[in-house]
Amino acid sequence: MRKVLTGNQAVAYGAMLSGVEVVAAYPITPQTTIIETLADMQAEGLGDFDYIRVESEHSAMAACIGASMGGVRTFTATSGQGLFLMHEMLHYASGARTPVVLANVNRAPAAPWNIWSDQTDSLSQRETGWIQLYCEGNQEVLDTTIMAFKIAEKLKLPAMVILDAFFLSHTSEPIEIPDKEAVKDFLPTYDPKDIWLDPDNPHTFGAIAMSDPYMELRWQIQRDMEIAKSVIAEVHEDFAHHFGRMYHQVEGYLAEDAEVLVICTGTAASTARVAVEALRAEGERAGLVKIKTFRPFPGEEIIGALKGKKKVAVIDRNFSPGAQGIWAQELRSVLCELSDQERPMVYGYIAGIGGCDISVKTIKEIYYKTLESHRPDDIDMWVGVRHV
Amino acid sequence: MPAKDYLRQRFFPQIWCPGCGHGIIMGNMIRAIDQLGLEKNEVVVVSGIGCSSRMPGYVDFHSLHTLHGRALAFAMGVKMGRPELTVIVPMGDGDAAAIGGNHLIHAARRNIDLTAIIMNNSIYGMTGGQFSPMTPFGDKGTTAPSGTIDHAFDIVELAKGAGASFVARTTTYHVKEMIKIIARAIKHKGFSMVEVMSQCPTYYGRKNKLGSAVDMMNSYKDGTTSIGSKKKAEHPELIERGVFLEEERPEYSASYSALVKKSQG
Repeated sequence: MRKVLTGNQAVAYGAMLSGVEVVAAYPITPQTTIIETLADMQAEGLGDFDYIRVESEHSAMAACIGASMGGVRTFTATSGQGLFLMHEMLHYASGARTPVVLANVNRAPAAPWNIWSDQTDSLSQRETGWIQLYCEGNQEVLDTTIMAFKIAEKLKLPAMVILDAFFLSHTSEPIEIPDKEAVKDFLPTYDPKDIWLDPDNPHTFGAIAMSDPYMELRWQIQRDMEIAKSVIAEVHEDFAHHFGRMYHQVEGYLAEDAEVLVICTGTAASTARVAVEALRAEGERAGLVKIKTFRPFPGEEIIGALKGKKKVAVIDRNFSPGAQGIWAQELRSVLCELSDQERPMVYGYIAGIGGCDISVKTIKEIYYKTLESHRPDDIDMWVGVRHV
Repeated sequence: MPAKDYLRQRFFPQIWCPGCGHGIIMGNMIRAIDQLGLEKNEVVVVSGIGCSSRMPGYVDFHSLHTLHGRALAFAMGVKMGRPELTVIVPMGDGDAAAIGGNHLIHAARRNIDLTAIIMNNSIYGMTGGQFSPMTPFGDKGTTAPSGTIDHAFDIVELAKGAGASFVARTTTYHVKEMIKIIARAIKHKGFSMVEVMSQCPTYYGRKNKLGSAVDMMNSYKDGTTSIGSKKKAEHPELIERGVFLEEERPEYSASYSALVKKSQG
């Protein structure tokens, strides 16, 4: 079925089609229409799930973890401050190996108040043990939500589906909605296997672990995050096999012969496709590399895409104060493995903070600035700041 | 001084919908402050998030627009740091009773000298009409298309039980009463909680077919009565208005200063 959906509706369809069994919800702009759509779906009998209205995001994630321990497929959605309030619970979810799926609509942190797009909220959850999957368009949002359950449940690790505020959340696109039966074929009913609250086989969850077993359990999370790279690739293949749409953790566009590669995530990648095409029309050898997964960080694929290139321009719609753009930092640390001859120079650009636009013009300017420069500045360049 | 002189008109037009009750509460809070003769610089208005929480932007006092649910925690910091200031905390029902419920009961328990004005419109307005912990049982919100099965807080009973030393309820229909109650609450030394029933015709009203803002205000006129009135005895379903509790009890910041003084000899 083809339907015009906003990004938030696409998330709700993704969760509903995945046969989610428990949804816990608290409103926050710009996420609210996800949980409202799910409430309508439940009321209309489209989805057969329990819907818990909680008193805060902290409780929403706690309820999801509890439900997941009970052996059912669980989902919630949030944004910005809501995700920050969940932070304690996010660590708990991965530690407890509960495959909760969360949709986060990227929103800039306060103060001052801002409701617009900025990745600092989700990227700040880097160490929480969540798989992070970023989306470029609404079809990808719907498909990624379905895939997130499969990835999370295979690994017993929680997964976050991430979409830009307003650019996706409140913008409509024609979307191919998969058939519920076909989704069930791809993603069968959740089987919690041996870890769940089974009255016939009682378990203790979250008991104290002395240092040695604690360290072993943490090592298992790290081991499984490494395995996650191949699991995600398999799930992408499997999804393409079922639905004909293929996704990649790292995707090149007009990248092979490019002299300068622009690195983008989220909706900036779709703008960059247009920018790169425009630059090609001007006779430039411009290319794009889009990164979809942040955790686990797809180092090998990135090296594969960038090895031997001269210059890359990373556009970060986020920043870590005192340490620059977050994707750029990650990229630099991965590229350290390459020899001096093979390693491209990494130019970092901070753009689109707090919902500022990253336009085709912005990306073209970044391209030319990078092309004309002999070496990167010591600190990432802020693009579009009015008063410096 | 006229109420308009307390407003930051550069932030206008304000964001409240036509017919919203919150502007009435803002006007009356200003009138209460004016009647008490407080200087602008002696007053701090602290809010969290929601329609109610836009108020500090519009009023010309010290103003803090803080995190969802945390207004009372921020306000406690302000009061302990600068006990000579008058600290007023306008909150919505979602802000005060859901995500901030814990701070509400603990501020009440400590009896710290803050004035919480809970602007109860029975809905999360800013995010578009989700039901709150003060939405009456069975009423509808976007997150409860078939009506909520949650029971609502009686915030007056909650504040009393938690230890507030001044507890009152009024409505946006009863404007003169509201001014008097807010003035008494601000003057009271200790934790004051004033619930003001405030109409949200856009979301709560529309979802529950309650008519226009005027209809909703008329329902406050007809559906409430003064505490202990004869009418209440005859119609027990009526909601009581007025001051439920006003007691002198040791105030937290004063007790703290006394303790510091004592321990320093």
